[in-house]
Amino acid sequence: MLTYILRRLLLLPVVLFALSLMIFSLQMLLTPTQRLAAYVSGPEALKGGAEQVADLIEKYGLNDPFLVQYGRWIGGVLQGNLGWSETARQPVADALISLFPATLELVLLAFTLSFLLSIALGTLAGVNLNRLPDHVIRLVTILGWSFPTYVFGLVMLLIFYGALDWFPPSRLSQWAMTEVRSAEFVRYTGLNTIDALLNGNLPVFWDALRHLILPVVTLTFVSIASLTRIMRTSMLETLRQDYVRTARAKGLPRRVVERRHARRNAMLPVVTMAGMELAAMMGGVVITETIFDYHGLGQFAADAAAALDFPAVLGFGLYFAVVLVVMNLLVDVIYPVLDPRVRLR
Amino acid sequence: MKIVRYLFLNPLSLLGLTLLLGFVLVAILAPYLAVPEAYQISPYDTPRAGFWATPQPISSEAWFGTTQGQYDIFYAVVWGTRTAFKIGLGVVGLSVVIGVTVGAIAAYYGGIVDEVLMRIVDVFMAIPFLIAAMVLTTLLGKGIGQMIVALTVFGWMGYARLVRSEILLIKEMDYVNAARSYGAGDLRILALHILPNALFPVLVLATMMTGSMVLTASALSFLGVGTEAGYADWGQFIAYSRNWIVGQAGNPFQYWYTLFFPGAAIFLFVLAWNLVGDALRDILDPHHVS
Repeated sequence: MLTYILRRLLLLPVVLFALSLMIFSLQMLLTPTQRLAAYVSGPEALKGGAEQVADLIEKYGLNDPFLVQYGRWIGGVLQGNLGWSETARQPVADALISLFPATLELVLLAFTLSFLLSIALGTLAGVNLNRLPDHVIRLVTILGWSFPTYVFGLVMLLIFYGALDWFPPSRLSQWAMTEVRSAEFVRYTGLNTIDALLNGNLPVFWDALRHLILPVVTLTFVSIASLTRIMRTSMLETLRQDYVRTARAKGLPRRVVERRHARRNAMLPVVTMAGMELAAMMGGVVITETIFDYHGLGQFAADAAAALDFPAVLGFGLYFAVVLVVMNLLVDVIYPVLDPRVRLR
Repeated sequence: MKIVRYLFLNPLSLLGLTLLLGFVLVAILAPYLAVPEAYQISPYDTPRAGFWATPQPISSEAWFGTTQGQYDIFYAVVWGTRTAFKIGLGVVGLSVVIGVTVGAIAAYYGGIVDEVLMRIVDVFMAIPFLIAAMVLTTLLGKGIGQMIVALTVFGWMGYARLVRSEILLIKEMDYVNAARSYGAGDLRILALHILPNALFPVLVLATMMTGSMVLTASALSFLGVGTEAGYADWGQFIAYSRNWIVGQAGNPFQYWYTLFFPGAAIFLFVLAWNLVGDALRDILDPHHVS
């Protein structure tokens, strides 16, 4: 076990190095002038016009050989310097850190919800093979899989905001925002719902929740389809196993065998896929946050991309890649704990 | 032939095939269904009936109404079909070529070659697909060529992994050893004896990915990094509808047509590919009970 974890940990820097090389290569597609933005710390640094730009390109060596520039860039990145973002009007690293809790709150809720729901639905379909619940669930998942996130999100917005006015877009109402920013409100985690509860402020909690519902539903809807299918297939396989028949034979009721014996083992492939689904959800966040005007990392990235704010877009890409690599490592490490049959090399 | 029969007998895949045929017809007949105006430089530039911002409802002039900026929705839906086919088939075609090549080399030579190539695959898979594509399209600029490149650069890995695992199974088979024993070269064995037997799973994956690539491409357009303003592209037109999602007070569904028509087009297109791909996968699956 320990050697396995060590091996994975040793591989981590290699993967991160290759990743940084890739992001940097992408960056080299830009002209030196465009890339200069990543090196200046604010707009005031470029007051001198074209001449100063040329000077700065010279100063920062943006015409140097690839490897020289890479070394300099990675040095900065390791110290947390990702350049200046025009869209956020602050350094990229600061923007990423300040927006992270908002996205985390959204993804955590949506991920938990879609994980639990897909296991429930997949089990339901699996134990009812070729009966009505199975057909309905299969149809809904394939429809859901073909439905573009943003069309679904816009329809949600149309119905629940436009027609019914139940769930408004954005992250908090104006009054709640004022309250959250006031001195009495302590930001423990940056997650609005949790902070509101910790502060004992129920109105703010409800407001935060009200704003979360539509984005969470949209994100869940998108990722639930594939997980449900996997759970269904896996459940079908597990129900064919000998030990399930044994459990039935010794007189346990069907429901108990299905819920307790079969479902638990059938969940394993879903856990494996959950890591990848989380990655897909990170992509979905960009669209969902944009639709619902939810001020998080995703909307920031979308705004930055539309405004050709290269340092922000590249910093965002690097940031998410690192988060993902670390998360996949965690899943790999946890997996053998769940399934002792997995042999650790 | 058994495959073709299955595809036509299964109601869901038949629906998928019918939808696909419909889209192919629309794409071919586009110049007759939505006639480009004489002044248009490219038929993909959607004609506009003025410059007024507010969408206009369905009329005899604009069959699906006009969206923000008076772009004709019917025209964009029709020509957008060609855009969707170009992107879907373009990305998947290129990705298959790259992925199959990489996967075949990795599996056939094994050892250090395999290790290096697969670690490269891992790195490419480390960034969430949509985000990677968004970053690259932002750098390359707008246009469907650029989108195809961006989606391909981050979309070939699945095929590489699949082909690799298929070939690892096949290359140990007796007939491959037999071919080698009478002196067939590496390239000949790979191209003529191994690859043809590994291609059906690739076809299944490619079919399933075509719809999803079109979805991602339209998401890029939706985010504003995809195509130029007014380009006949479904995602772009859904992006236009965003500002008109909520109608005036008392009439929340006033501008429904701005979202409905491009949204339905992309949904049906992706659904068609998924239905066909799903049926193909059922055929492939050894556990499949027909």
